[in-house]
Amino acid sequence: MFENIGEMLVLFWRTLMALPMTLRQRHKIFEHFFEIGNGSLLMVCVLAFFIGGETALQTGPFLAEKSFGGYLGGIVGYSVCRELAPILMAILIAGRSGSAMAAEIGSMRVYQEIDALRTMNINPIHYLILPRMVAIAIALPMLVLFAILVGWVGGGIVSAANNRIDIPIQAFFKNLQEVVKFQDVGNGLFKSFCFALIIGIVSCHQGLVTIGGPRGIGRSVTKAVVNSIVLIIIFDYILTRVLLK
Amino acid sequence: MSAPESNNNCVGVEVRGLKKNFGRQEILKGLDFKVEPGEIFVIMGPSGSGKSVLLKQIIGLELPDEGEILINGESIQSPEVMDKYRMAMVFQSGALLNSLTVGENVGLYLAEHRLKKPDEIARIVAQTLDIVGLKGTEEKMPSELSGGMKKRVAIARALIVEPQLILYDEPTSELDPVSAMVIGEEILRLNKRSHVTSIVVSHDRDLAFGVADRIAVIVEGSIVAIGTPEEVKSKPDPLVQKFLHADIKRPNKS
Repeated sequence: MFENIGEMLVLFWRTLMALPMTLRQRHKIFEHFFEIGNGSLLMVCVLAFFIGGETALQTGPFLAEKSFGGYLGGIVGYSVCRELAPILMAILIAGRSGSAMAAEIGSMRVYQEIDALRTMNINPIHYLILPRMVAIAIALPMLVLFAILVGWVGGGIVSAANNRIDIPIQAFFKNLQEVVKFQDVGNGLFKSFCFALIIGIVSCHQGLVTIGGPRGIGRSVTKAVVNSIVLIIIFDYILTRVLLK
Repeated sequence: MSAPESNNNCVGVEVRGLKKNFGRQEILKGLDFKVEPGEIFVIMGPSGSGKSVLLKQIIGLELPDEGEILINGESIQSPEVMDKYRMAMVFQSGALLNSLTVGENVGLYLAEHRLKKPDEIARIVAQTLDIVGLKGTEEKMPSELSGGMKKRVAIARALIVEPQLILYDEPTSELDPVSAMVIGEEILRLNKRSHVTSIVVSHDRDLAFGVADRIAVIVEGSIVAIGTPEEVKSKPDPLVQKFLHADIKRPNKS
């Protein structure tokens, strides 16, 4: 385990050192960005709408019953932007894009494509890791921003439509506006940026250490997703503690 | 740079006391041999005798545990030497990047190192593919090619580097006899055309005796015979003879 952590830190450091090559790899970055961002957009939209709706549904009736229904917009808005959207979107992207990264790089490793790159003096960090890392580090916060907005809309619609809550959409958003600050959205986006780095490094590392044939690739994909999710949840606690007002 | 043509800077390779272990398993047990500039040197031996490991050490993908490899008398362990000489390897599987087209695969070295403009790269790629008999396949994906075509694309990709030393890892494995013959002729033609030093690892006897200037036979990590094809054929060593004359014995029909 400690060996893996060490290797991941070294990989992260080497990727940071390769950052000056970012402009040169812009085409590949854009391809990965499009795949992560555009490919996940519909799923993010559906998931975020229901997250907002469910949060409203879980808390709304109780608050309405105790005559605190006016605070629902703030509660939904705050929890979606600071916690639910960043963590659930990170888990979604770990499953969707992290697994793809580990599988792609793992199969390149198994079928000697990475060795072929090295014989051509092409650094695999520059060619394979950097574009994926930069793409996910940009795409995930953007998806989370989108998820936050859709989640709020979902919460607002459910609050207005559900007759046990029955809070007008204007009142929901007025309270949300009073409670949620730009800084809260910024905290959520910062968290998602950190989660993106975790997904990128864990998945690329698992791909690079793949051994064996298709079974080895399958094992790497599973490890990439599981390890990413575990680390995301641990880091979520740490970041929440650090960013707490 | 145009399509690879002549290369008068071919290099000599010397392997001294090379040892490699994987865990407790001894893969290479102290190899010593010399490859002359411009020579086609074939390394033969049964599967698992350490041939591919040897190639990976020569191109710097793996480090030896003991011993050294010299290119024109300079140890490859210093990074400057690896940068100084142009080397290329044709992998057993071809190792083409499956997400790229044939043209992108062949031109990858030039594109990634920004050695040429895109239109010039396209022209060189087309010329190089023509050399290996694959004219007009630039837009195909590797998955659309046969095994023999993949190997020839891999050779084209190696040629684009204008190598001084080219290493072939089992170039005819998984190929039918006709495709294997085409690859063998390709190796000879390239050697004649550009005088590139070639090291070929193979357990294909027909290929080895067809293309080699000299042959080394490796069995269980040690060289048991080295010399011209005639010298190796006439070597009385039972390990060599067993490998060279391995045939299926048919049971008697009663």
